[in-house]
Amino acid sequence: MSLRADIQVNRDGFVLDVELTASPGETVAVLGPNGAGKTTLLRALAGLIPIRGHVELEGEVLDDSRTRTHVPTEERRVGLVFQDHVLFPHMTVLKNVAFGLRRDASATARAWLERSGLGEKAGTMPRALSGGQAQRVALLRTLVTDPRLLLLDEPLSALDVSIRAEVRRELSRQLTGFKGVRILVTHDPLEAMALADRLLVLEQGKIVQDGSPGEVTARPRSRFVADLAGVNLLRGDGRGDHIELDGGEILTTPESGGGRVFAVIHPRAVALYLARPEGTPRNVWRATAEDLDLQGERVRVRLSGPVPLVAEVTPAAVRDLHLDSGADVWVAVKATEISVYPA
Amino acid sequence: MTAAGFLLFLLPLAGLVVRAPWGQVGQELVAPETATALGLSIFCSVTATTIALVLGIPVALVLFRTTGTLRSVLRALTTLPMVLPPVVGGVALLLAFGRRGLVGAPLYQLFGVQIPFTTAAAVIAETFVAMPFLVIAVEGGLRALDVRYEEAARALGASSWKVFARVTLPLLRPAIFSGSVLCWARALGEFGATITFAGNLPGRTQTVPLAVYVALETKPEGAIVLSLILLAVSLAILIGLRDRWLGEP
Repeated sequence: MSLRADIQVNRDGFVLDVELTASPGETVAVLGPNGAGKTTLLRALAGLIPIRGHVELEGEVLDDSRTRTHVPTEERRVGLVFQDHVLFPHMTVLKNVAFGLRRDASATARAWLERSGLGEKAGTMPRALSGGQAQRVALLRTLVTDPRLLLLDEPLSALDVSIRAEVRRELSRQLTGFKGVRILVTHDPLEAMALADRLLVLEQGKIVQDGSPGEVTARPRSRFVADLAGVNLLRGDGRGDHIELDGGEILTTPESGGGRVFAVIHPRAVALYLARPEGTPRNVWRATAEDLDLQGERVRVRLSGPVPLVAEVTPAAVRDLHLDSGADVWVAVKATEISVYPA
Repeated sequence: MTAAGFLLFLLPLAGLVVRAPWGQVGQELVAPETATALGLSIFCSVTATTIALVLGIPVALVLFRTTGTLRSVLRALTTLPMVLPPVVGGVALLLAFGRRGLVGAPLYQLFGVQIPFTTAAAVIAETFVAMPFLVIAVEGGLRALDVRYEEAARALGASSWKVFARVTLPLLRPAIFSGSVLCWARALGEFGATITFAGNLPGRTQTVPLAVYVALETKPEGAIVLSLILLAVSLAILIGLRDRWLGEP
């Protein structure tokens, strides 16, 4: 492993406690809601804040609180790219890119700019750049210094939505070209899924999930991940062929084993009826439609009741059932549509 | 009430402008005493501002970096000259640098150096009174500075010195500029500390404000012309700094 980090930061009551490893050539995305500690984690890896724990890059110890080792930021050879680029406003693009270089700074910077198709912007001041160009210059300014570790803080979120897709493709290409460890923090699932080989979900200072984007969304372990995967997440105690949910309700499931479990129900698997359905579904409740949200060809119906769920139905079904906010319905979920895994 | 307030500001200016011997302005301007006082004023205030820049920027950095009680103490110390009556400042300077003063006595005994009543004394008095303006402006600039510029520079491998010289200092330029102008204006108008510590010696310590005071007794037209010069300078500074300092759009 090229990067091994065990980081604890305690700041005004907020505790960040993260263990992470990453290999060269791998893009690790740290995904989490605002305030989860993502930026703190990046700043800790960059050596900008004191930590407890241990950080090791390519075998070199950068931080160790027990031996009181702390390699200052300027000696770490880490590349830090900020959310809003933080280009030096008083320097031209060329001077910005040349800033971290020692020998032949100007010529080298110019060559990099030419190669990235930004050659004609060399004499421009940062304020005259578009968001996408500023982002590329910021990344370039870091890459020319040949960092061992690249840290990106929400690289796309400062950009206009209309150009994000294009800049994301470009960024993806540049990231692939960088051979060191790449760590990206973001609150935007799309950004994380598009750029990352591995996803770490950070919530309230702790990593709650770690895996490929597919693995993470297939088995959400938190409300945040469930929401971004668009599924219902329930938690309870496994009792063999059913789960006793934390709200006290019983959910009939495939074999659920014992102990604490998660149950995931896709909204498509939640069926709605006007009268109590007679049939095979094992899980049937009364519920109230709280609100309806049209999303393309689907309507997402948020239900309150003994088990709060979101159902996804067609607009035609909404018409036929006269569904509206406040409507009472019956909810049915087939046991085989529920996936259960240990918490 | 508002009108009375504005009148209080306006009337003295009106008096100065109305009573000005406009026909003699040119003549008074080239009069040797005026030229001498003006030249000395410019020399002393520019030197004081330069010293304030060299000493004040490090002081502002230290004020910005320290915390807690030490910070309060240092801050009170550096801003004291702003609230201290300048005459008191002059007396204090005399007691420190005078021939029998804290520092002045050994200076005189060991090197025969005597500071009071020299041009150097005028410069010291002006620096003492005016430097706080620069320190406060630069410290304010540091507080308004986005630390991430410095962090980005460090991540790019820049040493502390390089970060300061190539990033912090250039980004502070507007604050340093407005601080220097305010400092210079305060130095130019200095009266109390100068006359107490440096005396009123034409050609050596008699700056324009001192010359105005003296001329008022003997040659009122000269006093008015000198006052007009100071007024013009103050106005020019106000207009020049309008956007930077007074926060107008």
